[in-house]
Amino acid sequence: MMLDNWSQDSLWEGGLPPLGRLGEEINELLQNVRVGVGRPYPALNVWTSERDALVTAELPGADPASLDVAVVGTSLTLRGRRPEDPGSENVVYHRRERGAGEFSRTVELPFRVENEKVQAAFNNGVLRITLPRAEADKPRKIAVKAA
Amino acid sequence: MRTQMMQQQKSEKQVPAGQERTHTRRVYQPAVDIHETDAELVLRANMPGVDNRGVDIILEDDALTVRGRAAEAGEESRSLTYAEYGVGDFERTFVLSAEVDRDRIEASIKNGVLTLRLPKAAAARARKIAVKAA
Repeated sequence: MMLDNWSQDSLWEGGLPPLGRLGEEINELLQNVRVGVGRPYPALNVWTSERDALVTAELPGADPASLDVAVVGTSLTLRGRRPEDPGSENVVYHRRERGAGEFSRTVELPFRVENEKVQAAFNNGVLRITLPRAEADKPRKIAVKAA
Repeated sequence: MRTQMMQQQKSEKQVPAGQERTHTRRVYQPAVDIHETDAELVLRANMPGVDNRGVDIILEDDALTVRGRAAEAGEESRSLTYAEYGVGDFERTFVLSAEVDRDRIEASIKNGVLTLRLPKAAAARARKIAVKAA
């Protein structure tokens, strides 16, 4: 009964799956996979403790005066600019990998923070943002009573 | 697809087959911009976390190797919850052409960007050789 259904639709006798369609299906899947395109800039690392969170970003060459860190509710927005290299006439580029221009990235924090106490420091091209957790969102130890 | 990935992420430096690193820190190839004017070649390399003490520039024959040691960011009290990039040292090697004046290479680092200025040697002056009549 099942074998009858297969042999009607497929090119193979005996119920083997139609391999001819396998190639087409894989091609369709790969159409939708975009690897590496559209990664947000800058890349962020997040370290957390019970007291606070530390968000770090590598921003070599960014103009420190252009850096703008804002916290609204639980959203952290990071903006800034990496200036273009000063150009002159008769310049030939052999490599151009670093990238330049304005950037802006917003991320959602997993807990509320004390907005007034957020601090940010920029050293050697690394931005470190310290966000103390709001009191209400600090983890609380709950004592388990032994019955 | 593979080329796009290499452009967006930091690419790790491959160790030649048969060799090992003694340190456990990762080593990345820094992204560089190289441009050339009439007078010099300028190389800028992104090495976040590196200050002037952590930079090593080695010139051996025609190979110029740039190394950067990033300061250790000890996070004893916090744990890493989410990571989009790895932290490590940097290394990249370039072959210099003969037109670079090796004695006048200058290097400086600011905000995690190393700038190398490689002035071109004065063009070899044409020499006139007088031919004496025998």
